[in-house]
Order: sequence, then structure tokens, then C-alpha cells
Amino acid sequence: MENDEKIGMNRTGLDMAPMSKGPLVEFAQENAGRAAPATHGLEAIRRDYTLEADRVGSVPLPLSVKGMASTMMDKITGNNPEVLIDKMGERLAYERTGVRLYEAFLLKLEAAAAEGVEEPHVDIAEVRRIHDDERSHALLLAQCLLELGADPTAMTPCADVAGVAAQGHVQVLGDPRTTVAQALNSMLMIELGDNASWQLLAELAGEAGHTTMAERFSSALATEERHLATVQDWMRETMLEHAT
Amino acid sequence: MAINLLQDRGMPLDRQRFTWKDMVGKPISKLDDDAFTRVRVILMNGVETDALRYKQVLLRMNREARVPLAQMMRVEQHQATAVNWLLSADHSPLETTIAYEQVAIEVTASIAQMEPDAYLAQAYRYGLLEDFDHLYRYSALLDRLEGKDSNNITQGYTDIVPGRPTIVHHRAPQDDLLEPYARNATLQTKLNAITLVAGEYQTHDYYMNIGPVFSDPAARLLYAEIASVESQHITHYGSMLNPDESPFEKLMLHEAMEVWNYQACAEQETNPRLKALWERFLDYELGHLQLAKELFQRFEGRDAAEVLGEGTLPSTIQFKPQRDFIRQTLVEVPMRKDGTQFVGQDQESAASLAYRTQLNSQGSPSDSVSGGYRWTPGTELAQAA
Repeated sequence: MENDEKIGMNRTGLDMAPMSKGPLVEFAQENAGRAAPATHGLEAIRRDYTLEADRVGSVPLPLSVKGMASTMMDKITGNNPEVLIDKMGERLAYERTGVRLYEAFLLKLEAAAAEGVEEPHVDIAEVRRIHDDERSHALLLAQCLLELGADPTAMTPCADVAGVAAQGHVQVLGDPRTTVAQALNSMLMIELGDNASWQLLAELAGEAGHTTMAERFSSALATEERHLATVQDWMRETMLEHAT
Repeated sequence: MAINLLQDRGMPLDRQRFTWKDMVGKPISKLDDDAFTRVRVILMNGVETDALRYKQVLLRMNREARVPLAQMMRVEQHQATAVNWLLSADHSPLETTIAYEQVAIEVTASIAQMEPDAYLAQAYRYGLLEDFDHLYRYSALLDRLEGKDSNNITQGYTDIVPGRPTIVHHRAPQDDLLEPYARNATLQTKLNAITLVAGEYQTHDYYMNIGPVFSDPAARLLYAEIASVESQHITHYGSMLNPDESPFEKLMLHEAMEVWNYQACAEQETNPRLKALWERFLDYELGHLQLAKELFQRFEGRDAAEVLGEGTLPSTIQFKPQRDFIRQTLVEVPMRKDGTQFVGQDQESAASLAYRTQLNSQGSPSDSVSGGYRWTPGTELAQAA
């Protein structure tokens, strides 16, 4: 196991095939005339299907009496409670995935430490704290969804789409071959998204008149801002050290 | 080491064992391993999954052979796992697709040159030009969907230009059929054909599984279109196999094919870890062949030598770029089919023309995806605007 970047026998570039390089490119140019005409067929397919598409699904209806009442109240006051529920569902899903990603990151850090190749700039105890914060944020969201009468076990449309987006990070963190620095890059992207999203969520809750909830979300945002700054520092210090 | 199919006994089946760790080892490197290492991995997964497929059918049709068939399949399941799990997780499904098409192209081109039967050699060249075109269409998709250069996968070994356009691959079912090889065809002919059926089957199954994984409608359409052609290719190559061969004759030939292919992999592998795996599985396959020979002799009362001759392995697949041969074959792009015969462009069967006209009547995914596409190192985005 190594954590730093190495020069080696990477075969993906054309320079690694010097005998083929010229003939390959020339032959592709010679045969360009046999390509199908350059219509806008690809764009047309994408446009047509977009126009015809159904959506990934719907926001679940609050079924509890309290939830119905709260939803009705929001409707009466001109709010669309489904927007807030959808985005809270997204945050909940994102935080849950975040917990799992931090678990994978911790495992990578601990394995590196066991091999004596730990990254000195990454504080494992702090990673554990961030992991715990992500978990408490997930629990906070589940609690707030219940207070709105919504079902925290449901997958809302935005939660589903956030899960699709997170798949790449799950692959990066789960791959035993990725380095701590490569994993950090994913964690940084996760934290950047997390920050902007908590900011939005606090605003949405405030606009809908859920003042207490908005305050709790703002407090979570403050914690997320610290996570972002920490991960960004780790990333910068690690890469600067590798580069020099 | 020269293998003899009649004499080499290999590893007995009851000593062919695995652990989960054994099956799920370190994968190959997408970046650093040679593309032909990946070609061998994909080919041999196709070979093993076809071994399972054939035995499952045989299991349904022969009461007395069920136990040995089940025993062989357990090992083959784990062989297939050990082989297929060598593909690393950083291959996107589309990148793996590029690799699958490279397998189809390079392996078919090698087989076409080894094939002693002129009609079947023609059939290999015919299929080759279609898979060659698939590589080009998928390369356009990889570039235009993920912004990636397919040459990162093919590593300069394989040209990325149009072959016989995919839009004309769609034929009436009867025009996919070929005349089968004769019962007394050479072992080379038989092993060539059985290998290609296995390869096409796995390609088809892979596209059917991953096609729906794509969100992009153009990708979903292209996979639907090319999966349909791969299904035709299974028929194309599958109809080469002689339908009068007995079930256990086919079983024995399949095992001989596996031996033949593992031998080729072991001889040519550049990654020492994989070379050891191919050698181990070569030994396993010789053990399977022993069992298949026993079943053949028990159920049919015939001598294996009637089918396997002197037991000498024919020429093996050459895992090296076949660029010159493929470029020469491109003159056959205008060739078409009429029943089991290869004909000129203006003599194609009316049934195929009608079928294709209807199927393409709401547009051609392959043409739409690749309109104006010219492969350029570093993707078409690297071309001067």
C-alpha cells in the first residue's frame, strides 16, 4: 500500500504506442468520410426524450393527522410544503451516505496508519468527530421530518437523485486501491455540496415559517462550515507536501 | 508445454477448490495493464459462462449425468467469478463495453485467419466488420457522453473507424443463419466456432444488463440497438455448430475449447499473476475434459479419439493487434446476406431490407450518436474549434 503518486507503466496514452500512433490517427482521418452525416440526431434524441419524460417520482404525502394539519396550514399560508420535505429528505439521504463515506475514509486512514504510511495532516480523531456530526445531522433531519408529519423512511425524489450523484463517491471511497489523498478529494466535494445545501435548507425552513427548525438548520450549517474548512485544509496540506 | 487432449489428465475435479478470497483477488489495472490482458480476462469469462450455460441445458435433458454436470458447474461458476472479478471498478460500463468490442474484433480477426474452411472464414470476417463498427459507435458515445477517449482502453492496438454501418446490421432472422460445419470438420474449425459463440453470448448478456443502467436516452437506444445485433451474432456463430453432434460430443468439444483457450492465455500472458491463474485453470480444464470424455464414452459408447483425433491442440488465438488484416477486410463492408449465403450489396434478401426499413423507421440510434464522428486522440473536443 502506498499513498503517494508514482510514475510507472501507464499505457493509456498514445505516446505509449509510438509505432501505432501515426497510422492510427492517419487512418481515422482517411476514413472520416465514411462517418454518418453530422446531423443533430444525438441532440434531437435527448431533447425528444426530455420532453416526453416522466419524473423520477413524487414527494410522499404526510399521512399523520399532525402532518396533514401542518401541510394544510402551509398550503393556506401559500407555501408548498412538498419542496421543504423533498429537500429535507435529500439532506437526510446525503447525511446518511456521508456517514458511510466517513466510515470508509476512516478505514482507509487506519489501514494507512497500520502500514506506517499515514497522512500526517489528516487528524483521525477529527475525522471521527465529523463522522459523528454527520450522523447527528441525519437524526436531526429525521426528527424534523416527523415534526412535519412526513415519513423519514421514505425516499423523496431529490433524495433519490442525490443518491445517484453520490454513487461516484461511494465507488471512490470503497475502492481499496484509492489513496487517502484521492479519498480526500471526494470528501471535499461532499462537504462543498453539504455546505451549500444546509444553507438553502435553513433558508427554506425560515421562509416556510418553521423558525425553530430554521435555527437548528443554521446551527448544523455552522458545523458543516467547520467540516469544509477542515477537509479543505487537509487536502491542501497533503497535496502540497506530496508535490514538494 | 504441448498439451494432448487424450493423454493429459489435469487436476482431478475433487481437488479443484476455491475460497472467496481466492475468487475475489486484486483486479487488473485499467491504466497500467496491457489491453490484451483485459482482452483475455473478458474472453475467458465468456468461455466460462458459456460452459455453465451449455451444462445447464444438458442437465435438463439427461437424468444420469446430473451429478457430474452439477459438480463441474460448481467449479466453473467459481472460475468465472475469479476471472470476471479481475476487472477493476474504475471501468465505467461504457469503458468495459469498449473493451468488449476490442475483444470481439481482435479475437475474431485472429480466428478468421486460422479458419481452414473458406466459407466459415468469410463468416468470421463478416461478423468482424460489424463488431468493428460497434467499437466506433460506442467510442462516439463514450466521447460525447463521458468526454473520454476510447483509445485509453484500446491502447493504440485497434483502429477506431466505421466498419459495416450498424444501421444495416439488422437482418431478417433467417438471414442470420449459416451452414453448419461438417461432423468431420477439423478440430480447429469446431473450437473456433464454439469460442465465438461464447464471446458473443456474453457480450449480448452484458449489454442487456447494463443498457438500462444508463440515464442518457441516446445510450439506452444504442445499447438496445447493438444488443439486438449481438443477439443476431449469437445466431450467426451458433448456427455454425453442427446440430447433428450429440449432446456429449458437444460437451467434450466445449471442454476441449476451454483447454485450448486457457493454453493460449497462459502462453501469451504478460502479467505474471494472471499467467499463474491461466495455468491453474488450464489444469482444471484438463480435469473437466477427462470427465467429459468419460461421459461421452459411457453414454455414447464411442471413443473420444473419434472427435478429438490424436489429441493435438490446433493453432491458438493470437492475442496481438490484427490491424493489417482488419484494414484489408474493410473492402468487404458492402457484403450482405441472403439466407445462409454472402451476397453483394444489391442482392441482399428482400426480407432483411423490409425488416430493417421498419425497424429504423423512427431513426437510427447508431447513426444519431455518431453523426460526423471522427476519432481524435484526446477526444473530439481536442480538435481545433
